[in-house]
Amino acid sequence: MNVNFLGKQLKSPTVLASGILGNSFDILERVHGAGCGIVTMKSIGPAPRDGHNNPTVIDLGHGLINAVGLPTPGFRHMDEEWEDLEKRDFPLSASIYGGSVSEFVEVAKFVAEKGPDFIELNISCPNSAKHGMLFGTNPESSFDVVSAVKRVTGQIPVIPKLTPQALSIGEIAKACEEAGADALCAINTAGPGMLIDIESRKPILAYKKGGLSGQMIRPIAVRCVYEICQQTTLPVIGLGGVTTGRDAVEMIMAGATLVGVGSAVKSRGIDVFSTITRELAQWLEDHGTTLEEIRGAAHG
Amino acid sequence: MEKKPVMLKIDQVQCHNENYATLFFNHGIEFIPGQFVMLWLPEIDEKPYTVSFHSKERFGVTVEAKGRFSQRAVALKPGDLVGVRGPFGNGFSFDAHANVCFVAGGCGIAPLAPMIESVPGSKTIIQGARSDDYLLFKDRFSGSDVHYCTDDGSFGQKGFVTDALADAMANNMFDMVYTCGPEVMMKKVFDLCEANSVRCQISLERYMRCGFGVCGACVCGKERVCVDGPVFESQQIRTLDDFNKKALLKSGKAVTLNDYFSWRSA
Repeated sequence: MNVNFLGKQLKSPTVLASGILGNSFDILERVHGAGCGIVTMKSIGPAPRDGHNNPTVIDLGHGLINAVGLPTPGFRHMDEEWEDLEKRDFPLSASIYGGSVSEFVEVAKFVAEKGPDFIELNISCPNSAKHGMLFGTNPESSFDVVSAVKRVTGQIPVIPKLTPQALSIGEIAKACEEAGADALCAINTAGPGMLIDIESRKPILAYKKGGLSGQMIRPIAVRCVYEICQQTTLPVIGLGGVTTGRDAVEMIMAGATLVGVGSAVKSRGIDVFSTITRELAQWLEDHGTTLEEIRGAAHG
Repeated sequence: MEKKPVMLKIDQVQCHNENYATLFFNHGIEFIPGQFVMLWLPEIDEKPYTVSFHSKERFGVTVEAKGRFSQRAVALKPGDLVGVRGPFGNGFSFDAHANVCFVAGGCGIAPLAPMIESVPGSKTIIQGARSDDYLLFKDRFSGSDVHYCTDDGSFGQKGFVTDALADAMANNMFDMVYTCGPEVMMKKVFDLCEANSVRCQISLERYMRCGFGVCGACVCGKERVCVDGPVFESQQIRTLDDFNKKALLKSGKAVTLNDYFSWRSA
């Protein structure tokens, strides 16, 4: 199922969500081989960072809760990986984060020279007080990050990833569009939530709170994508709980151009990318319609 | 189904020697030998440990005291609560009537032990450690052909398990060799197996987070050690580029195994 996205031909409208696998060239290549249209690297930060202690990820059955905490080797310490990635034959999105506009710019400038097909801006992670969501919950700081990054990334499309914790995700989307974003990605994890173990009387996650993902947040994701598409004309990668081809149809009807897949790797395995693509194609065929025709259909 | 840690009360702590202790829980788990559980000590950390004892109503996890987490784990007492998630991973596989050999180095005997006990009939066991103090479960496998080796000769034969395996291979036609221990040792065992056209299963260790294949912390080449492994067979090992070469630190940085293991034991 070929799809054109910002001038790139993709073999599938599915995207590997950042933070899922994405730790090495070999695993990214495997995910591409499993039918994924764009693979996204785990968010790259300005300096080496371990992330939080375990427990960091817990399976809640209907989704996950996680506070991995943005581990990264740091963009300057990934030489071998960059070398491998330059030889790739698949569409790659490099997700990046920073603790300030200047850190975002520093990382973005370096990463852009490595030639990823897309750069995703993580302005939405809830698992660090000084990164991520701090930027994406405010239209002005979203604008500042995106416009500053756009000045150093040349022709590489920049895709901010948005948080459902914003008071109005549509306002954030509009700010990103005005700042020059080429597309948007929504949503990052919701919440954050907390689990308390009642026997030990302690929060389970070492960071205490963590972002919710998977099927339990899909209605939030669909609403967010819908609102974004009311406010902007940018193409959107819609994600949050997409598990089946029907979920993808719903996300596309909300206005998404591509669908991201993350937690469903747990429930349906790495082949979930080809599985969702096949189910989506089957649904379109059964209904005698096309991706283009159903995109944004729910907006009437 | 929800898979939060389940708090289990320790029934018994068996101290094997100053380096190792096994925590026993009176709790039935659905388990295939070679699988692991995540042990959680609230406010400390959560780490993967292989299950080293298993019966219908009881299981045990053997811990080597070396780091911040494991020092606390071996000091736990009966009645203390430990969070358990899992079991995770694929486990070893076994063909009926196969003539098998087990090769363990150091605490590598822990995942192999329940497998040794579940394989019927005669089998060959080669167990090594740096010295007598580090040899676990002596006398546990009576009735089997057990060869002990230590680096310093303090127990059994002085020398390496790979020398003992080469000798055993000269006198036996093994259908499968199961091995766990330091990765450099497993690589030598695997090479011996390849040279003698014997199938092999190894059990790998990497830093882990989720345990169920989404976070990517434990990748080794294309494989996720937590769900595609921790057990890998000859066919996979041949294409497992990072085996005996690279592992990821907690930050995700890929480093040599030497750097990885010096970080892990710090």
